[in-house]
Amino acid sequence: MERLMKLKDLRRMANTVRQDIIEMLTAAGSGHSAGPLDLADIATALYFNVLDNIDPKNPDKPDRDRLYISCGHTNPVWYAVMARAGYFPVEELKTLRKLGSRLQGHLDRLTLPGLESSAGSLGQGLSIGSGSALAAAMDNVRYHTYVVTSDGEHDEGSTWEAVQFAGHYKLKYLTNIIDRNNIQIDGNTEDIMTKEPLRDRYEAFGWHVIEVDGHNIEHFIDACKEARAIIESPVCIIAHTVAGKGVDFMEYDYRWHGAPPGKLETERTPPKDKQMEEALKQLRMPDGKN
Amino acid sequence: MLAREAHLRKNSLDKDVEMAPTRDGYGMGLVELGEKNDQVVVLCADLSESTRTSKFRDRWPERFVQMGIAEQNMATVAVGLALQGKIPFAATYAVFCPGRNWDQIRVSACYNMVNVNFAGAHSGISVGPDGATHQALEDIAITRVLPNMTVLAPCDMEETRKATLAAADIKGPVYLRFTRSASPVFTSENTIFKVGKAQIFRRGDDAAIVAAGPIVHIAMLAADQLVEKGISCRVINSPSIKPLDEETIERAARECGAVVVGEEHQQAGGLGGAVAELLAKTRPVPIEFVGMPDSFGESGEPEQLMSKYGMDVTGIIKSVRKAVKRKM
Repeated sequence: MERLMKLKDLRRMANTVRQDIIEMLTAAGSGHSAGPLDLADIATALYFNVLDNIDPKNPDKPDRDRLYISCGHTNPVWYAVMARAGYFPVEELKTLRKLGSRLQGHLDRLTLPGLESSAGSLGQGLSIGSGSALAAAMDNVRYHTYVVTSDGEHDEGSTWEAVQFAGHYKLKYLTNIIDRNNIQIDGNTEDIMTKEPLRDRYEAFGWHVIEVDGHNIEHFIDACKEARAIIESPVCIIAHTVAGKGVDFMEYDYRWHGAPPGKLETERTPPKDKQMEEALKQLRMPDGKN
Repeated sequence: MLAREAHLRKNSLDKDVEMAPTRDGYGMGLVELGEKNDQVVVLCADLSESTRTSKFRDRWPERFVQMGIAEQNMATVAVGLALQGKIPFAATYAVFCPGRNWDQIRVSACYNMVNVNFAGAHSGISVGPDGATHQALEDIAITRVLPNMTVLAPCDMEETRKATLAAADIKGPVYLRFTRSASPVFTSENTIFKVGKAQIFRRGDDAAIVAAGPIVHIAMLAADQLVEKGISCRVINSPSIKPLDEETIERAARECGAVVVGEEHQQAGGLGGAVAELLAKTRPVPIEFVGMPDSFGESGEPEQLMSKYGMDVTGIIKSVRKAVKRKM
């Protein structure tokens, strides 16, 4: 797959992906908005620049970099970016969550080629990614394993079992990208269950930690390059993001974690039936909100 | 009458029968697999002696992964390995796997349809002195309801060895259950083990005992004694709980007219549940259940516990007579 090298092109693609997310969620009538929107820059950077040897026409290429999505509820952003990368027709995005669709409400590896693993129950992806990195180490092969986790799923004890395991075995070529958007379903993360000091926690388990603005595509790509250069330990990229990024009336508001456009009215929103239109209008502004 | 085609050991019902825990067969099977296939890897959650994975560890330390006491991570790391083409075997006590990591098994192994082999040691009441917390009596129920899952509960060391070998070739996740204390090794190298197949170990047509695990041997002894009481029992070893050998079990119900299910498991949800579900649909006959009566276990010697909870010769005989009586 050809990489997008120019920042302008990557930003434009991320903006297209955000529009896809708004449209597909509105059509679905259910699903998660905030996480997918705030992951759009990271997802775009991964598929269009960072991941090595991926090929939508040959999704099982042995030397491809592996990407494991642990937070399966963020699926709209991954579906959108995969469609834009050529894994399946963009048209199909409209089938999200519908009967018979390959785009299940949470990720299903068996129906959609290109997904490395099914996901939906939190706190499992980092372990799977660790198994992937361990297999690479056993076979002495060089693909890189990326995992995307949410900050919320760091409440799960199983996430920390994986952090401990990868740290203990100093798994190399393993990078956990945390979407640090500060929200989860019931509220702001620090109100629900303390996550901080997240950096210190990872470092205590022997990880190399990089913090980055998750909307600065250039910095994020640089962080991934740094991660590839670290071979003495697993790497954690804490990507600070704005929940609902790109849509004014959703940004920073945890209530949009699990709601699609058109299903929630707050003091900041237009009427429900105008929400999709308004969101798309904001995203279509020149240069988007990047 | 012993079924000749079962190729049981000659002394299978004698006092001098060889005794060994079924988990020994797991250790042996893993070493055989390790020799044949370098993709086989073994994971263990700090119980490598108990689960007999130590034999594999000592031979191939580079293919053995010590997971620490972290069963959730063990299940999903195994999934990650399997997704890259490895053939992982992940073992600990059955109360922890599938007990503690059921969600990982459900979503990451079963929904994902990956070739991971989970092993639960110390299943059943015969775990003995360790008591209720360590006696897995619900593991069959929670695994057999999972789509894509295969569930195997072999009856002795030799069959466990064969089941371990077979697991490596099964597509999709497998749960393999074994026991702690020494039990008779009464099947031979020539006894057939096939996933989805049950074997008739003893012929008879007044009642059929369908059983899984070392209790199969106890059922054989019970059947022997029942002859004196004029009851001829068919004993069916059904190590493959999922997929179940529906044909053999249905035929037994048809020809014998009464069924007793034996297992070291809660009476609800295990092999008994599977047999009852099948026969309710195809051949309703009286069924009696030998197993835990909706209670937790306790400390004690294995034989004491088996006897207290009716999973001994006396208990099986009682259940068979009850089932036969209900035929009238």
